Amino acid sequence: MHSIFGIPTPALFGQLLLGLINGAFYAMLSLGLAVIFGLLNVVNFSHGAFYMLGAFTGWLLLAGLGLGYWWALLLSPLIVGVLGMAVERLLLARLKGLDPLYGLLLTFGLALIIQGVFRNIFGVSGLPYGVPSQLAGARNLGFMILPNYRGWVIGLSLLVCLATWLGIEKTRLGATLRAATENATLTEAFGINVPRLVTLTYGFGTALAALAGVLAAPIYSVNPNMGADLIITVFVVVVIGGMGSILGSIVTGFGLGLAEGLTRLVYPAGSATVVFVIMIVVLLVKPAGLFGRST
Amino acid sequence: MAETHPAGAAPPLLKVRNLEGWYGPSHVLHGVDFDVPAGEVVTLLGRNGAGKTTILRAIMGVLGRRAGSVRMNGMELIDLPSRLIARRGIGYCPEERGIFASLSVRENLELPPVIGPGGRSTGQVLDLFPNLRARLNSGGTRLSGGEQQMLAIGRILRTGARLLLLDEPTEGLAPVIVQEIGRVIAQLKRDGFTVLLVEQNFRFAETIADRHYIVEQGRVIDMVPNAALEAKREQLHGYLAI
Ligand SMILES: Nc1ncnc2c1ncn2[C@@H]1O[C@H](COP(=O)(O)OP(=O)(O)OP(=O)(O)O)[C@@H](O)[C@H]1O
Ligand SMILES: [Mg+2]
Repeated sequence: MHSIFGIPTPALFGQLLLGLINGAFYAMLSLGLAVIFGLLNVVNFSHGAFYMLGAFTGWLLLAGLGLGYWWALLLSPLIVGVLGMAVERLLLARLKGLDPLYGLLLTFGLALIIQGVFRNIFGVSGLPYGVPSQLAGARNLGFMILPNYRGWVIGLSLLVCLATWLGIEKTRLGATLRAATENATLTEAFGINVPRLVTLTYGFGTALAALAGVLAAPIYSVNPNMGADLIITVFVVVVIGGMGSILGSIVTGFGLGLAEGLTRLVYPAGSATVVFVIMIVVLLVKPAGLFGRST
Repeated sequence: MAETHPAGAAPPLLKVRNLEGWYGPSHVLHGVDFDVPAGEVVTLLGRNGAGKTTILRAIMGVLGRRAGSVRMNGMELIDLPSRLIARRGIGYCPEERGIFASLSVRENLELPPVIGPGGRSTGQVLDLFPNLRARLNSGGTRLSGGEQQMLAIGRILRTGARLLLLDEPTEGLAPVIVQEIGRVIAQLKRDGFTVLLVEQNFRFAETIADRHYIVEQGRVIDMVPNAALEAKREQLHGYLAI
């Protein structure tokens, strides 16, 4: 059997793959958080709940309407995104001008309510959601066996991250978003409808969370706590990457996933805490985060 | 204050009456009255802290609280959000220039949406400010102070706005750049733009303006047509404490 630094290669690649999978979810979720934080200045504690809603919407589409995975991949982000826009319009928009802490409290409370309702209805044991038949099975890459569905998750999330980054950095709409993030008052004084941009941005961020939820459904079980379990690590990703940094979220998301995977190999007990250790070190050296603009 | 445009002249493009403004609890504008006739370059002159910048902010709707009346072509703007004020045809160049660091020069230039006909193309703006052409892909705040000022003026020429609010466009700039900006403002006037200009640089103002309003402690206390400037020079120096 082959080994690298005394670690058997199948175990190494297995953990790296697991790390990449987790990293893909960290990246997609922290990306939405970063975009929302940048423009709204709201630390969106509901993000985990929207991720969970994404997965449940997928499950309900199947159980209730018989619409399978591919439909869920399309409809779930749309439905949850519209819900997110309603939350922004009806609730968050009213906090305009108040301390950003109010936004944090509101979204935190909202997450507790949504998760509580779903726990009440569905319990906590988790509901199964199958891998779509087109992505069943695995392929042998020579150095490891890659389950097709996991390859798909990594590939699609990379694609979504890249598209989001390009959309923000290279398009006209993205330039408007960056301008409003930097100085909303002046952007609006040019005749740009910033409140609408804010609503769309929040909707986009929540849709991204829902997409991650659908992708996660066949890997982890669909369960009301799935977002709450993940969201703390996702916040750590945002802090390490630099609050509001798009590229920082993507790179840090995948990076931390890999770091967790590697830690699980060399010191399994440390894998749950390694992200926090990294966060402390980064904050000591670069308080604005790896990709943050220090102000 | 009485109507300040001479009898028989066109009605003012912008008509400001009893404009009041606040920063939080502090009351800064105490009933500002003045007119900006179409096609003129009009200045607001006054000492530091007189309220000139605040007047522009109040017109533009970016001040927290304001009251009174601001009419553009007879339409009341005072209750509109700033994006709709901009869409009535006002371009705003703020005192701090407001160039976006996260946008390239080209993105800064093309950020304000076109709100009406008659705006310049990006190419025409670059003809007016040739320095910007070579820097289109640089970050907006990588430009020198003078170039940033040109960008701040240039980006509101594309939109089709007919009234430009310029807050101290010459502040802190070298004399040759001040001259260039003067040349551009004169050109804009010839092209039919109306300009409301805040200035401390009195010598600069008198070369391009049609009339001057004197601002003191949140009020307009006098109006001096540029033609009457010589006669009133002593008095003006008193107002501005030059
Ligand atoms: N953000 C602010 N918060 C509170 N007070 C302010 C603020 N900005 C200006 N002021 C006050 O409002 C008054 C008018 O300020 P304003 O900036 O309009 O003056 P100005 O005529 O433009 O002066 P300058 O020539 O120095 O630019 C001043 O007393 C100033 O201290
Ligand atoms: Mg000023």
